Amino acid sequence: MIKQITTSLYDQFIADFELRSIISASSEAAELQALRKNAFEHFKQLGFPNTKVEDWKYINLAPFLKDEYITEPEDDFFTVSDDAIAKAKIPSLDCYNIILVNGQYQADLSDTIAGSDIFVSSLSAAMNRPAFIAHFGKYAAIDKNHFTALNTALFRGGLFIEVKRKALIDKPLHIIHIVSADSNLFFQPRHLFVIGAHAEVSIVESFVSAGNKTNVFVNNVSEIIVHEQAQLQHCYIQTGNVNTKQVHHTEVVQKASSLYNNYKASFPGTGLLRNNINVVLDGQNIESHLFGLYLAGGQQLVDNHTIVDHQQPHCYSNELYKGVMKDEAVAVFNGKIFVRQDAQKTNAFQKNNNLMLSKKAVVDSKPQLEIFADDVKCSHGSTIGQFNEDALFYLKARGIGEEKAKALLIHAFAYDVTEKIPMPAVQAHINHLIEEGLKG
Amino acid sequence: MLSIKNLRASVEGKEILRGLNLEVKAGEIHAIMGPNGSGKSTLAAVLAGNENYEVTGGEVWFDGKNLLDMAPEDRAREGVFLAFQYPVEIPGVSNINFLRTAMNEIRTYRNQPALEAKEFLKTVKEKQKLVEFDAALTNRSLNEGFSGGEKKRNEIFQLAMLEPKLAILDETDSGLDIDALRIVSKGVNKLRSDKNAFVLITHYQRLLDYIVPDFVHVLYNGQIAKTGGKELALELEEKGYDWLKETSKETELA
Repeated sequence: MIKQITTSLYDQFIADFELRSIISASSEAAELQALRKNAFEHFKQLGFPNTKVEDWKYINLAPFLKDEYITEPEDDFFTVSDDAIAKAKIPSLDCYNIILVNGQYQADLSDTIAGSDIFVSSLSAAMNRPAFIAHFGKYAAIDKNHFTALNTALFRGGLFIEVKRKALIDKPLHIIHIVSADSNLFFQPRHLFVIGAHAEVSIVESFVSAGNKTNVFVNNVSEIIVHEQAQLQHCYIQTGNVNTKQVHHTEVVQKASSLYNNYKASFPGTGLLRNNINVVLDGQNIESHLFGLYLAGGQQLVDNHTIVDHQQPHCYSNELYKGVMKDEAVAVFNGKIFVRQDAQKTNAFQKNNNLMLSKKAVVDSKPQLEIFADDVKCSHGSTIGQFNEDALFYLKARGIGEEKAKALLIHAFAYDVTEKIPMPAVQAHINHLIEEGLKG
Repeated sequence: MLSIKNLRASVEGKEILRGLNLEVKAGEIHAIMGPNGSGKSTLAAVLAGNENYEVTGGEVWFDGKNLLDMAPEDRAREGVFLAFQYPVEIPGVSNINFLRTAMNEIRTYRNQPALEAKEFLKTVKEKQKLVEFDAALTNRSLNEGFSGGEKKRNEIFQLAMLEPKLAILDETDSGLDIDALRIVSKGVNKLRSDKNAFVLITHYQRLLDYIVPDFVHVLYNGQIAKTGGKELALELEEKGYDWLKETSKETELA
């Protein structure tokens, strides 16, 4: 069975890889060159997935890949207006702002963080660091995942963050990923965050568009390692415009007694939004939470795939994804929990709830559990529903207009997710984005 | 204030109200009693604008305006308040945010400026005291975790906050113990004035020991079968509703 989409883009990447290999040979370690080569071999076999590939069943990529893209942009593609940066900042969030334009770290636009607790740089500037050598490319699988293979072979730019052992970072890092383009652009940044043992940090990542009228495809891969007893609060806020297509793979590896919380909120705009979040619980007494909110509108495609992989005993994971569906939007939720044979005494929970605001919106929800251990507590479930008419009438009977009443109920629905975000300014920002997202 | 003329309404194709007439003037308290299924709650729902009920005939005028033409929220903004028989729990909507939104929507409709936070909270405190409703409201979702009695008392508290012209209490007394009933009644008695009116829908005479009505109506088969003073309620308590069936048959025969 043919499982690939044939495009000229594919041929373009073959040519790009030859160029990339030459650049890599002169500037990158032999190990990384070998990794790129190996990844590209995988990509050549995998190609771009069509809908016969199970993980891409509901999203037809063909229309997005038929455009012509600039895949190896010159340096002048990385400029952005001050206005776009100002708009992307989160009001009243006391934080370190870190700016990336089309995947490239902009040191001169970013806040510098004093002291030696944390190291932030472009990925390429970090390649000689022990943490890079120890972790880079070790977690995100290139043999199954089409876009991860492509990114590993051809990545350019991206961010490196290393939080030192026992460091407690005083303010959240706010990473602003801005798309700013006036030609069709396909770019592939790669990020690596290494959180040292006993360290604590909050990272908020905003994905925004500076109003590109041209098609932009982003193939983003992040690898995150959370060492023993470290705590990472990690927030994704995804906005953008309809010309932007975003595929984002996040691979998290947690070590013993660590905590990783991911809060993901996406809003109408970005034409295609595919998120893979994989969390590997590689140690005992680990806690992981995945909270997701997707407010989808227009003809947006929002596809969230998550994997929570319990490999060792005595861990706890909880996942809650909530969807609010407007217009003709399509959302996919595919959540998988693995409980490996050794992972006794696992507590793993997963839930996906959807509120449909429109008859033409579609949700495909697929919660999955695969349990190989016998002493575990696990649950999963999914619901799709509409407004509670009794609640709506109650609010109206107190003088609250239809629109306002619905907005109240939507906020209430989202509240289970938004209340979990430990930063009030980020909560307020997300509530504001919900209000904005409900308008159009 | 309220004028109901020959009102007919049905739910799921079944006619419940069959030509109901009622006049309520400012300053009056009307009690509506009647057996199960006689149409009491249907009347309350139709007046509040519940879309599950279809009005098939008749007119309802409220202060000279056609109530049936209005959306539920506009009825509330004009000054109609329904205390629900089963108040809805809405997790995630805080009591305070809900009340403030409701008050400000009503104020906007009446061209009044929105209430300042401080002023609003002051009013909340005053009214809570007035109706002896001491449940913690901040940081709590609307009616969530409230006991049956607390929910009913929250309805009376909302009534005190929103100061409607016409309050319809749909079996507010059901499910209340005697102390809660006394508190709820006290609240209503404090809120009554010569400018507002109350319609009490109830099964039991005991509520009327605390809130003395000007008129008692007996609803039967979707119509007001009998109207009297407060003594009618005592008569009903004694005789039940069976005699109505006889009267009704006689009427039909006649």
